Amino acid sequence: MRRGPALALLAVLVSASSAHAHVQQGQAAGFFTGLGHPVSGLDHVLAMIAVGLWGAQLGAPALWLLPVTFPMVMALGGMVGLLGVPLPGVEVGIAASAILLGLAVTSALRPPLAAAVGLVGLFGIFHGHAHGTELPAGQSALLYSMGFVMATGCLHGVGIAVGLMHRWPWGQTLLRAAGAVVTLAGVFFMWRAIA
Amino acid sequence: MRLPHRLVAVIGGLALTVCPSRAEAHLVTTGLGPLYDGLLHFALTPEDMVPVLALALLAGLRGMSHGRRALFVLPVAWLLGGAVGLTVHGGVSPLVTSLSFVVFGGLVAADARLPLGATTLLAALLGLGHGYLNGSSLTQPGLGAMGLLGIAAAVFTLVALAASFVVPLRAVWARVIVRVAGSWIAAIGLLLIGWALRSGA
Repeated sequence: MRRGPALALLAVLVSASSAHAHVQQGQAAGFFTGLGHPVSGLDHVLAMIAVGLWGAQLGAPALWLLPVTFPMVMALGGMVGLLGVPLPGVEVGIAASAILLGLAVTSALRPPLAAAVGLVGLFGIFHGHAHGTELPAGQSALLYSMGFVMATGCLHGVGIAVGLMHRWPWGQTLLRAAGAVVTLAGVFFMWRAIA
Repeated sequence: MRLPHRLVAVIGGLALTVCPSRAEAHLVTTGLGPLYDGLLHFALTPEDMVPVLALALLAGLRGMSHGRRALFVLPVAWLLGGAVGLTVHGGVSPLVTSLSFVVFGGLVAADARLPLGATTLLAALLGLGHGYLNGSSLTQPGLGAMGLLGIAAAVFTLVALAASFVVPLRAVWARVIVRVAGSWIAAIGLLLIGWALRSGA
């Protein structure tokens, strides 16, 4: 009969604790998953850095207009991808973005501002759509999105920071070489997308 | 007739097991009372904090008068919206939050040259909308009004800090960084709309 209190104690120990409705779980995981997603693919990384490089090469106002445009249009593409709206040739579009942005940096192309913004925006749709269709379920949508956008912006920042070497003659040459590397990588991505 | 002790223990244990205690929706307790719980609630809720930050940045970009207007209109509107939410306890689609990210982030990114009246209207709308959402979720007895006051105090503090940081910025690159932050907020909002629509909100 002494087992009675022991059983009662055990029941208390295993009893349910407070029911926390809408308990917040996995928030940090969601943020870090989002932060890591844009850097998980070299094709995305190179294209986003190339946007920063090109912006630095073009100077103001493209310097800040391109990195402002890209995340917003990319998010628009991500939204379309999240909604399940198909976009044909996404991988080809991503590879083309690396090729053309790399070529733009290599040749120090200076198109009208609207054309540069339009080109970057168009590529942003492809990159965003690819990310949108790959977003994992069960994450905190807000914190995942915050991490995702911040990582994208930081990649542009890296491109801009590296692109600041444009002010020196040797830097201009190095920048063009970097553009050529991005183009070559883009050709490889295109071959992989088509094959 | 006396019941066996073991049976009493089992029945007692089952009763404890199947009886959940209070449900605390979106609540983090500090142990310091509802006012501080409200403060902490705001600090841990990016859904509310980020649009407030965006409004503060927008007002700061437009200058001191806009910053002051947002500083006082937003918390008051937040309290009013919260009072309505506490009374009504209605549900609101998460799309409201997502839209405020897009609208306020987009305005910051565009460096929109709004008149003072527009800033006032935007602050009022943001305060009423998000305050209503807060008021609707603060269902624990005793928390409501004081918790709401704590949230409004946190809103006031954030707007004061962020707007006063941005108002004196004159260098182009510094203002561009603020605009880039706005574009990030808008981008987050667009993704949130996608998430919300995908989950059928």
